[in-house]
Amino acid sequence: MIRKVAIIGTGYIGCFPTSPHLSYKEMMFEAACRAYTDAGIDPRKDADGFVCVSEDFHEGTSIFDEYVPDQIGAYMKPVHTIAGDGIQGLIAAFLKIQTGLMNIVVVEAHSKASNMMFPEHITSLALDPIFNRPVLRNAYSIAAMEMRRYIYERKIPLEALAKVVIKNKLNALKNPSSAYPAYVDADEILAAERCFDPLSSWDIASYADGAFVVIVASEEVARNLKVKPVWIKGVGWCTETPSLETRDWVNATYAERAAEMAYRMAGIKNPAKEIDFAEVDDSFSYKELQHMEAIGLCRKGEAGYLVMEGETGIDGRIPVNPSGGSLGVGNLMDATGLMRIVEAVGQLRREAGRRQVEKAETAVVQSWRGIPTTTGAVVVLGI
Amino acid sequence: MRRVAIVGAGMTKFIRRAQETGKELSFEAANMALNSCELTIKDIDCIVMGTAPDAFDGVHMKGEYLADGAGAWRKPYMRSFVGGGTGVFAVIQGWYHVASGLFDTCLVVCEEKMSSCQPHPQGAFLTIFDNIIERPLGPNLLWIFALEMNRYMSVYKIPKEEIALVAVKNKRNAKDHPCALLGEDITVEDVLKSEVLAWPVQRLDVSPISDGAAAVVLASEDRARRITDKPVWIDGVGWCLDTTYWTNRDLAYPRYVEAAAIMAYKMAGITDPRREIHIAEPYDPFDYKELHHMEGLLLCDKGEAPKLTAKGVTSRDGELPVCPSGGLLGVGNPIAAAGLMKVCEIFWQLREEAGARQVTRKVRTGVAQAWGDLMQVGTVVVLRR
Repeated sequence: MIRKVAIIGTGYIGCFPTSPHLSYKEMMFEAACRAYTDAGIDPRKDADGFVCVSEDFHEGTSIFDEYVPDQIGAYMKPVHTIAGDGIQGLIAAFLKIQTGLMNIVVVEAHSKASNMMFPEHITSLALDPIFNRPVLRNAYSIAAMEMRRYIYERKIPLEALAKVVIKNKLNALKNPSSAYPAYVDADEILAAERCFDPLSSWDIASYADGAFVVIVASEEVARNLKVKPVWIKGVGWCTETPSLETRDWVNATYAERAAEMAYRMAGIKNPAKEIDFAEVDDSFSYKELQHMEAIGLCRKGEAGYLVMEGETGIDGRIPVNPSGGSLGVGNLMDATGLMRIVEAVGQLRREAGRRQVEKAETAVVQSWRGIPTTTGAVVVLGI
Repeated sequence: MRRVAIVGAGMTKFIRRAQETGKELSFEAANMALNSCELTIKDIDCIVMGTAPDAFDGVHMKGEYLADGAGAWRKPYMRSFVGGGTGVFAVIQGWYHVASGLFDTCLVVCEEKMSSCQPHPQGAFLTIFDNIIERPLGPNLLWIFALEMNRYMSVYKIPKEEIALVAVKNKRNAKDHPCALLGEDITVEDVLKSEVLAWPVQRLDVSPISDGAAAVVLASEDRARRITDKPVWIDGVGWCLDTTYWTNRDLAYPRYVEAAAIMAYKMAGITDPRREIHIAEPYDPFDYKELHHMEGLLLCDKGEAPKLTAKGVTSRDGELPVCPSGGLLGVGNPIAAAGLMKVCEIFWQLREEAGARQVTRKVRTGVAQAWGDLMQVGTVVVLRR
């Protein structure tokens, strides 16, 4: 790697189950102001570039990048959209700093999911219009099929998945920005109706609203600011295939490959030992286990046991999703990745309050773009 | 800064492609680009996709849908998006992937399939406007261009005849382009007599909608020199997004294009673009737009571009050939693919591989530019042999 890159500031607003009191522009403004205050920079003077993460259909507006510059102080500046995941947006900023062209780049992502009347219908529009859409009326059935295949191959009991839900919702209780915290016991979860068998509504993360802004900078800049820099040590991202017919239904290959790339860059040989805590995608309960295995936090087939034994709790051996994850904080669509980055940065700076994990020096953050995609990204952060 | 070159390019025919899906169009262009430099997908480290609104095909997360067509199977793959500016921005994105040092090769694919939007893609364009203030008025994209064109004509006192010359030139140039949809000989009278869509915009002032894809292969300096004897270097990149509130802007001059151009020229070490730029492919979805963008690219004074066109300076045998490909007016306008087509054209011209379209003067430095959003974004790439 040529240049060291740091996260020098984060800001967010949310997360809310619904937010009729705020427009997406107001949420972006609020999150951006907090991030600029955190980093102590002036976007009009100091920021060289901006990346906004959005998908048109989520926003209900085509060419959504039209509506991003003003409220984050970016007009008449180099701004572009990544129609991808929040972490892909962060990587785009990271790459631009690596080129030497820019020194400070701002990344923004938000979710205004409550504006979508039928989010499931929108998700279904992501299916192949010729081969899949006519036969799959609801895209959640893909997650149900994958879950069935995964728990069959790995012999994971439904109790382990219930444990994931319990843990994440419990962690969320310690996170003031979570939208769906709860005390819940396994009996209640296991008794719930299976809406897409074997998925019950507990296994599916509910949508939430929120906006997140992360500022990255080159080493020279980061060292001259008052804030404690959090270094981006490795990045990786990968798309397996959009085809349902040929994808890997057991392993999250996209996460495996992305993690491989990120660990190689960060010089991490044994992630299970070297990573102190992880934020991995849990938009469905089984996904947390699948992704833990994919990014090497445990051997294949081991994730279920780790969860059952409480090793992934905040005070466990390898805390996973101390924020509460998507199950606790809410599914923020493409902003979820940045939510996890904000959490990891807070943990590494030891500002996470009641949910602070004890040893927080190296973290891995992983994201997935949700059904029906096989796209994911991984970032290794450290202090 | 690590130097990055374009080493291969390819594009499909721009026309209504009812038989092919977007994936197939992407594959066709990607394959042509790889073949042109004798590489295979195994040699490619990462893929960049550029494609404009999902509303055209009605496919949500269109980038994900197109991934395998573009060759992104199990590879790092990212889609960038700046509206109409996407075609040139995708090259900028590919540039920073390679210039960052993380990758040695990058395949940039741009695809657009507009014909599936029935009865007309203007229906999809309705959804680009502000959902509270503008959308209830049912605005049409042609209207806002009519406003801009009118403003440009009245500020600089430009007669419609002078603007029509651009359509005449570009459609004539496109006759030599094997991928062109509308290459033909027309006259200024034809333009002035064509149907009025929204005054002063007439049928022949506008580029046609079409389907198509284009692709380029990028490589780092040492790789590029091993792949080809004639690498074309990406020496400058620039992009700029203006405020959302286009109604508060003076539409006579695209200051965002100027800012993007200055950024790219600075990076390329260009201090006097009028002398140092030998060939240009500014974005021309409407004929006045080519003139507008030539001014924004600082290739002439404000309001002077029509005079250069009238004098023949911008024709293929002129001092500063502009849109020798035939541009969007002649070749067609599948949005993101059309932007990348401009980069492909400069690539072929600088390598003297443009065949019947090859410009008369010797060219070493060229600029390609795209524009988009609510008359809001400029994306600029400076290429050198």
